[in-house]
Amino acid sequence: MKNEFQVIADLIEKDKKVLDVGCADGTLMKFLKDNKNINIRGLEISKEKVQECIAKGLTVIEGNAEKDLKQFPDKSFDYVVLSQTLQAFLNPELVLDELLRVGKKAIVTIPNFGYWKVRFHLLFKGTMPITKTLPDEWYNTPNLHMCTIKDFFHFVKSKDIKIFKSLALNNLNSSIISESNLGVKNLFADLGIFLIEK
Amino acid sequence: MNIEKNIKTLIVKKPLKLDCGKTIKDFPIAYETYGSLNSKKDNAILVFHALTGDQFVTGINPVTNKEGWWSYAVGPDKAIDTNKYFVICSNVIGGCMGSYGPSHKDPDQKIFGTNFPVITINDMVNAQYNLLDHFGIDKLFSITGGSMGGMQVLQFISNFPDKSKTVIPIATTSSHSAQNIAFNELGRQAIAADNNWKDGNYTSNDTNPGKGLAVARMAAHITYLSKKGLQEKFGRKLQEREDLKFGFDADFQIESYLRYQGSVFVDRFDANSYLYITRAMDYFDLAKQFNGNLSEAFINTKAKFFIISFTSDWLYPTQENKDIVIALNSIGADVGFVEIKSDKGHDSFLLDVPDFLNALKNFLDKSYEEN
Repeated sequence: MKNEFQVIADLIEKDKKVLDVGCADGTLMKFLKDNKNINIRGLEISKEKVQECIAKGLTVIEGNAEKDLKQFPDKSFDYVVLSQTLQAFLNPELVLDELLRVGKKAIVTIPNFGYWKVRFHLLFKGTMPITKTLPDEWYNTPNLHMCTIKDFFHFVKSKDIKIFKSLALNNLNSSIISESNLGVKNLFADLGIFLIEK
Repeated sequence: MNIEKNIKTLIVKKPLKLDCGKTIKDFPIAYETYGSLNSKKDNAILVFHALTGDQFVTGINPVTNKEGWWSYAVGPDKAIDTNKYFVICSNVIGGCMGSYGPSHKDPDQKIFGTNFPVITINDMVNAQYNLLDHFGIDKLFSITGGSMGGMQVLQFISNFPDKSKTVIPIATTSSHSAQNIAFNELGRQAIAADNNWKDGNYTSNDTNPGKGLAVARMAAHITYLSKKGLQEKFGRKLQEREDLKFGFDADFQIESYLRYQGSVFVDRFDANSYLYITRAMDYFDLAKQFNGNLSEAFINTKAKFFIISFTSDWLYPTQENKDIVIALNSIGADVGFVEIKSDKGHDSFLLDVPDFLNALKNFLDKSYEEN
């Protein structure tokens, strides 16, 4: 399991109810279910991935987060997880609002467009950056709204969303992001992980 | 057809009050079982059949000598694995494969015909509930069925919220739409237009309204397929001829196919049963039973739901299946949902559609492991 999922799992206490939005093949869900006795649900748009989840014995709803989150009642999950998908929605702000409505807390991770390798790539190669967390070409990327850790940090603050914890991830190392080290983390982390609440 | 032999029957002594107000008692329910019930009695799956189905789910149907209607899904090592699970299916009341229906005799030894009480999906599941007592099963492992079978699944878990661990409605709806009712009415009117129907008072096979019933079946059969599926299978292909004949014989393969479907159906199905069962489907509106709030139908159950629809099913389209998912999610129920890609229309659930069969098998087997 990738390090990002381990960090997310560490943020969630045992026996909670969790919705994994864009749960893909259910790797994180399975880990949470088996190791933390989490009552876990998934929402996934890909039919193939939904089948993989069913084969793992996971409860998954085939659907689209932009349309299908509205069927869940307010605060019906302790945590709602959205891993590296926010930038792929037509309207990320709306999805973020929905995550925070449905979940008592939300865990959102974003691939950091401020990561030095991304900046380097664009600066010296002059082509759209391709990295481990941004593997696609400009013409086939699902990402519509790339942002940096700094962008997301400011965005969340401007919406009066409470940040409980924000972590910068670089390979295997995670570290706390704060107002004072934001510039540095924005340069050296390829992934930001935010535990938020509204 | 001789339907007396090879049919297992449970006589329900307990009176059953029907939605129409009448009460029936000492009535037969014809059923079949597959696999064996384990000592803990926790491996039973109650399968509900669709409009023209019967209790002979798999293997060779001893009455028609044809494959059971869900042979692709049910059997040893199949999606519903009879090496592992005990499968029970019964003919719905109103039906014509041994359960109490319009071809039975009333207490005065006269065939009911249309004097049989109008029955509902609710009546059907209340009648079938008696099978649990008969087998001494306190809680089923699963209930499942497609189309009208799915309606019975929804009604059953609403009526008996703690009687099944898992619930799998397939290609179904919680409320029959105007289009559904319209197609059923077309079928009923085709039967009524046959002079042999005689307001339902036909008695022998020779004088039954076979032509009307065949037309009803032909019309319904079209609704079970998709436009794409029909086009790919038949297109404009001609039936055993080089060119058009400028007449009204079956020039096209699709015509011949539908005529065949109509004619074989008449051999195994009773016209009055067709009227009664389509009526039950039309009356089905689960939300209405709960003042328009479908979620209320499921508020008392802790069962795990898995809902399946098919992309090319326009009779019970994905959105109608999703409405059930939405109603369940709004009360925090445990519900999974998948829409299976298939060109085979509503009939997909009866056919060899590997994604569907795999999903069904995985859901059942994984849920059983967690038992």
